[in-house]
Amino acid sequence: MSASHDDHHHGPAKGLTRWLYTTNHKDIGSLYLWFSFAMFLLGGTFAMVIRAELFQPGLQLVEPNFFNQMTTMHGLVMVFGAVMPAFVGLANWMIPMMIGAPDMALPRMNNWSFWILPFAFAMLSATLFMEAGAPNFGWTFYAPLSTTYAPETVTFFIFAVHIMGASSIMGSINIIATVLNMRAPGMTLMKMPLFVWTWLITAYLLIAVMPVLAGVVTMMLFDIHFGTSFFNAAGGGDPVLFQHVFWFFGHPEVYIMILPAFGVISAIIPTFARKRLFGYDSMVYATASIAFLSFIVWAHHMFTVGMPIAGELFFMYATMLIAVPTGVKVFNWVATMFRGSMTFETPMLFAIAFVVLFTMGGFTGLMLAITPADFQYHDTYFVVAHFHYVLVPGAVFSIMAATYYWLPKWTGHMYDERLGKLHFWLSFIGVNVLFFPQHFLGLAGMPRRIPDYALQFADFNWISSIGGFLFGASQLILLVVVIKCVKGGKKATAQVWEGAQGLEWTLDSPAPYHTFTTPPDPKLIHAQ
Amino acid sequence: MLPKAKLWLSLTSVATILFSTQIQAAWELNMPRGVTQISRDTYDLHMQILWWCVAIGVVVFGVMLWSIINHRKSKGAVSAAFHESTKVEILWTVVPFAILIVMAIPATRVLTEAYDSSESEIDIQVTGYQWRWEYRYLRQNSNEEEVSFYSILSTPREQIDNQLPKDETYLLDVDNPLVIPINTKVRFLVTSNDVIHAWWVPDFAVKKDAIPGFINETWAIVEEPGIYRGQCAELCGIEHGFMPVVVHAVEREEYDAWYAAKQDEARVAREMANNVVTLSESLEAGEQVYNTTCIACHQPNGTGLPSAFPALAGSSVVNGDLEANINLLINGVPGTAMAAYGRQLTPVQLAAVVTYIRNSFGNATGDLVQPAAVNTLIQAAQ
Repeated sequence: MSASHDDHHHGPAKGLTRWLYTTNHKDIGSLYLWFSFAMFLLGGTFAMVIRAELFQPGLQLVEPNFFNQMTTMHGLVMVFGAVMPAFVGLANWMIPMMIGAPDMALPRMNNWSFWILPFAFAMLSATLFMEAGAPNFGWTFYAPLSTTYAPETVTFFIFAVHIMGASSIMGSINIIATVLNMRAPGMTLMKMPLFVWTWLITAYLLIAVMPVLAGVVTMMLFDIHFGTSFFNAAGGGDPVLFQHVFWFFGHPEVYIMILPAFGVISAIIPTFARKRLFGYDSMVYATASIAFLSFIVWAHHMFTVGMPIAGELFFMYATMLIAVPTGVKVFNWVATMFRGSMTFETPMLFAIAFVVLFTMGGFTGLMLAITPADFQYHDTYFVVAHFHYVLVPGAVFSIMAATYYWLPKWTGHMYDERLGKLHFWLSFIGVNVLFFPQHFLGLAGMPRRIPDYALQFADFNWISSIGGFLFGASQLILLVVVIKCVKGGKKATAQVWEGAQGLEWTLDSPAPYHTFTTPPDPKLIHAQ
Repeated sequence: MLPKAKLWLSLTSVATILFSTQIQAAWELNMPRGVTQISRDTYDLHMQILWWCVAIGVVVFGVMLWSIINHRKSKGAVSAAFHESTKVEILWTVVPFAILIVMAIPATRVLTEAYDSSESEIDIQVTGYQWRWEYRYLRQNSNEEEVSFYSILSTPREQIDNQLPKDETYLLDVDNPLVIPINTKVRFLVTSNDVIHAWWVPDFAVKKDAIPGFINETWAIVEEPGIYRGQCAELCGIEHGFMPVVVHAVEREEYDAWYAAKQDEARVAREMANNVVTLSESLEAGEQVYNTTCIACHQPNGTGLPSAFPALAGSSVVNGDLEANINLLINGVPGTAMAAYGRQLTPVQLAAVVTYIRNSFGNATGDLVQPAAVNTLIQAAQ
């Protein structure tokens, strides 16, 4: 092997092409994470517009049509641009290091699956500047509002969704191939960290449902441009079919955004409780059960479409069942903390907040499963409160916890703990002031996706908006913390956290550009 | 309004909200108990599940908080070695499952009751349009006139734009509310003419999607007279937030009298279609129709919204062939937001609004359309 060839393999290339051509899982992980953060700020800006308009009754800042564009774009950007890529970024960084592999199994596809994403979102965002305006039919894009009655830009939206889907499918294939083929000797399936397990299961969910999403947008495309009537009642089509197909994708999608979060929390709590995770096996089985159930509950999003009672009952019972494996997970985390020796660094604070606030989102989820009660909750701010509780202090807090937890391993420096804690407390207070009053708004009868509201909703709306502005502004602290930490700070040890377990902590901090080019010593691999 | 003026206005109104003593409605925290058996059952179900969740939360978060306080390293806690227990795992799988069964039983009972829409006394077809509701009372016998009318937001635009103080029923008021008798089983047949809407009255615990091509059933027996307000619950386009549902529940005698009056009104309207109208009458009536039906898309000055809704001012259709113009209103434009108004508006209203648009916004065709002419075209279209 020539010397120049060796050089090429031992350090990153210089300049912009390093990032453009990279096939290195750490580089691609960083790209995903930065992209996700950019989208988080963009989607957050849309949310700020929404909360500003809803600060008081009356129309003040935006027209109803633009308001609808904001709710739609906020949902799409946050789901497909912020949360999903963030988890893929974490997977890229951590999975090879956790299972003792040198890189992802399909590095070139890895590069491709990231680099098509910015184009998808550039195209989607470009619709904001087009004459017809951005998609305005909600992130769930129910037909026929999104077909017959949609602005012309809907075609850009469809193309963007196709690209995002392709990116997710490639990412998932890569993760499955890596986890199944590239584990170090001694790393049996039941010794894998839970983050790897939850991602393996998530990847299967993605492969199962992303084609369904692609199918439904393709049907829309045909209805709009090629004269078919899949969803057009006047042509013999069925608008409810849209919802069945969409939610067959959409419900597993919800778990795609939360299962990796479970994995992150299952890594952090044992570290800071200095105690092995309680019930590892049951955690794996609970994750698999949730994944299975996610395929047979979709129509609980559609209790008011007028299904026959047998359908309503089936989907109610199946949905209630999800509480069992989810409960098992929460109980296991609490049992891990019980009789531990806990410290409360920023990752742990976010993890504890996750357990509490995600569980609250779980409770409202159980309430929403009760069909007759759902007739009252459906499409109100109660639902908005519910899914934001599981997604923001749920999925997003877990991503932040993961960032603080692994940042020293990525950068080689400790982050500023004081700033980290400030970020946590402001986020924690902000998120609750923002979303808790929305439960009351929904129960009192405020529908979701309205730009203006009746006077009895005024008080909780301005409180919610204040919380929103606080939460939004606090996220800039995270940016400061990360940039400071990349630039310098106290040198991090390999171990970083006293109680941390797993192969990634056997590597130097920062982790070398190439790791585990030879398999790790099997003695380093312990049961989780 | 200028952006700067708008910003200033919003800043001052922020100040008003924060510092005024203006009366706000009570802080509603919970679901209404409502005025039907089903709504009370639903409320009880909601509270029951809520208390279960609170109880479970107290236990789980209690243990967690206790651990956080007592098992911290700074207090010298040493971590235990246990990490699994099959017994405990089985216990916290079985107990939640049992709780779920306890929840499912009343839920199934209430759902079964809510789904039984048989033996209704009055049937009303509720049709969603962008952005209003149509209520059509199904005739009990063929001698009756058909009673049907549209129910449109009546909150003045100036209140929405913050130029006038807001009423107590801001955004929850309509021109023609639905009227139903109390203690009577009323069945609602819910459908839509364009996109999906959802008809919702919280006090009845009734929410049903209005879906084009489908007719959904739901029902209520209202026990107390009163005015009950709700809103469209499914995103249905630009004016989704502005299509309230208002139901007047009245004593049976009052309902019968109202229904008889509506019968007379319908008879008069049918006969009026043959009357001859004058230009000034027609322009006045036409402006009213325009302001309730057309204005959201075509805008106050007939300018439309670029690339979404065409302008009427200077339009080649509005200034072109009269018959083609009327037919366009009757049949709509397939594949666009322009609905077929032949069934939505009466011949009198259609004639008036065509007269209005052909003589406003700088259009000056001088045409006067008679209801009878429109009626002929409607018949021809069918």
